[in-house]
Amino acid sequence: MDIQQIRNDFPILGQKIYGHPLVYLDNAATTQKPQCVLDSIMKFYTLYNSNIHRGVHYLSEKATEIYENARLKVKEFINAKSRTEIVFTKGSTEAINTLASSFSQRFINSGDELIISEMEHHSNIVPWQLNAQNKGAVIKVLPFNDRGELLIEKLESLITDKTKIVCVTYASNTLGTVNDVEKIIKIAHSHNIPVLVDAAQAIQHLKIDVQKLDCDFLALSGHKIYAETGIGILYGKEKFLEELPPYQGGGDMIKNVSFAKTTYAELPLKFEAGTSNFVGAGSLHTALDYVDKLGLENIAAHEAELLNYATQKVEALGGITIYGKAANKVSVLSFNIDGAHHYDTGMILDKLGIAVRTGTHCTEPIMQHFGITGTVRASFALYNTFEEVDALVDGIKRAKKMLVG
Amino acid sequence: MLTINEIQDEIIEEFSVYDEWLDKYEYLIELGNSLDIIDEGQKTPDNIIQGCQSRVWLDAKMDSDGTLNFKADSDAIITKGIIALLIRVFNHQKPQDIIDAQLYFIDEIGLSANLSPTRANGLLAMIKQIRYYALAFNALNK
Ligand SMILES: Cc1ncc(COP(=O)(O)O)c(C=O)c1O
Repeated sequence: MDIQQIRNDFPILGQKIYGHPLVYLDNAATTQKPQCVLDSIMKFYTLYNSNIHRGVHYLSEKATEIYENARLKVKEFINAKSRTEIVFTKGSTEAINTLASSFSQRFINSGDELIISEMEHHSNIVPWQLNAQNKGAVIKVLPFNDRGELLIEKLESLITDKTKIVCVTYASNTLGTVNDVEKIIKIAHSHNIPVLVDAAQAIQHLKIDVQKLDCDFLALSGHKIYAETGIGILYGKEKFLEELPPYQGGGDMIKNVSFAKTTYAELPLKFEAGTSNFVGAGSLHTALDYVDKLGLENIAAHEAELLNYATQKVEALGGITIYGKAANKVSVLSFNIDGAHHYDTGMILDKLGIAVRTGTHCTEPIMQHFGITGTVRASFALYNTFEEVDALVDGIKRAKKMLVG
Repeated sequence: MLTINEIQDEIIEEFSVYDEWLDKYEYLIELGNSLDIIDEGQKTPDNIIQGCQSRVWLDAKMDSDGTLNFKADSDAIITKGIIALLIRVFNHQKPQDIIDAQLYFIDEIGLSANLSPTRANGLLAMIKQIRYYALAFNALNK
C-alpha cells in the first residue's frame, strides 16, 4: 500500500491546524472520507435525489436501486446469507436500540438475565438497561482482566436458564482489545443463547464473516469505515428478525394500514420506518468498495505496524501508563501521562495539530475498572503514517515536560 | 482595588505577549500551580461542579468588607489556570458588581473554546456558580 498516494484520496488531511500539519488520530471516533465517497454523495444528490421505494418515476427507481445495491454490498462484505438480514439504521447506536427494544419485547420477561461485557460502549449498555428495567430483567457483567482481556472462562458460570442474550463488542473502542467472539458465541450457543456482536470498532479493521462467526446479531456504523455519518447496519439472522416485532412505526415498514389492523412489510423493510438515508447507504457502498480495493488485510497490516511502533515509542518515553495490553488489538492506543490529566494532555496535543480523544470514551465501566477518570486515546487508520506517530510521540514528550516537568 | 474591567484589561495585556499557543498554556499552568486552592475538606459533593472531562470545585465566603472571596480547584491544570484568572477577576469584588459584570477577557485571550458547553470541563458551570453565589450573598445582605 502506498500511503502517500492514499493520503491524496483524503482531502481533509492536507490541512494545517494552528500552523501545524493536521495529525488526525481520532479514527476510532470517526474516520475521514476519501474523495470517491465525497464525490458519490455529490453525485447522488445531483443526479438521483428522490424518495426511495415510493415513486414509479425514474429518479425514485434510480435512488431505490442505489439503496438496495448498497444493501447487497453490505451483505457481501459481511457475508450474510440474504439481503433480508441487512437492516439500514443511523448507526451502531440505533442498531442496538432497535434490537434491544424489539428483542426485549419478544423474548425478555421479568426475572430474565442478560450478559453484557464490562468493556462495552455505553451504546451497548444503556439500551439494554432501559429495556431490562421495563421488563424487570437483570444484567450480569462479563469482566475483563487488567490487560483488558475478557475473562471468557467466566462466561459459562454466568449463564443460567434465565439468560436470554449475550452482548459483546468485537473490539473495544477504549482498550483496543479484539475479543474472541467466536469462542463466546460457541459457548452461548451451546446453551441456545443468541449473541449480539458490536462491530463498530471491528468492521474497519477485521474481515467479518457473519456466517462463519455464527453471530445472531451484529451492529456497525458507516462513518467508522470511511462512509458518511448517519448510516449503519443491524444484521440479524433471518429467523430472529422474522420473529421480532418492529421497532418504530411509519411509512415504508408496513404492508397495509387500517385503524383496525396494520400488517408489516417483509424483511428488512419492517425495521426501516420512514424515509431512508439512501445517500448514506450509497456512500457506504462506495466506502466498502474503496476498502475492498485496498484490501482489508493490507489495511490491517499497516495499522498493526503503526500501533506497534506507537506503543514501543510511547512506552520508551517512561512515566506513561498504557491501558489495554491485550495480545490481540485493533489500532487503538489509550494512555495517560503519569501525574497529568488526560484533558490537559489532549489540549496541548490539539495545539500541535494532533487530534486525539480524551475522557471516558463512552466506556465509564472501563474507567471504573482502572480507577481513573479518563485516558488519552490515539487511534490509527489506513492513511496514518509513521511520521505522524513520531509527531504524536514528540507531542506527548512536550506535554509531559509542561505538565509534570 | 481594581474594578472587574480593570483586571480583565490587565489580563488581556499580560496575554498579548504570547504568540504561541503553548506559551499561553505554559503561563496558565504556572497560574494553575500557584492558585490558592480550596481546602481538601471543602472539596465536598456540594462544592463540586461536575464536568465530563475535568472536575472543578468552588467555594465562596463573604469577607467583613462585604466583598466575596472565592476558592477553587480542578483536577486538570490548564482548567485550573483559567480558574485562577476567573478568581483574580472576581475575588474581593462586591456581589452586585459580579452580577453586573460582562466577562470579555476569556474571548480576548483566545480561550473562549474552553467555555463552550460541549467542552464539559466545568468552567461554564463555574462561572454560573460564581454568579449564583453573588446573587445569594446579595440577597442575604439586603
Ligand atoms: C464499540 C462502539 N460501539 C458503538 C458505538 C456507537 O456508534 P455510533 O455512535 O456510530 O452509533 C461506538 C462509537 O463510538 C463504538 O466505538
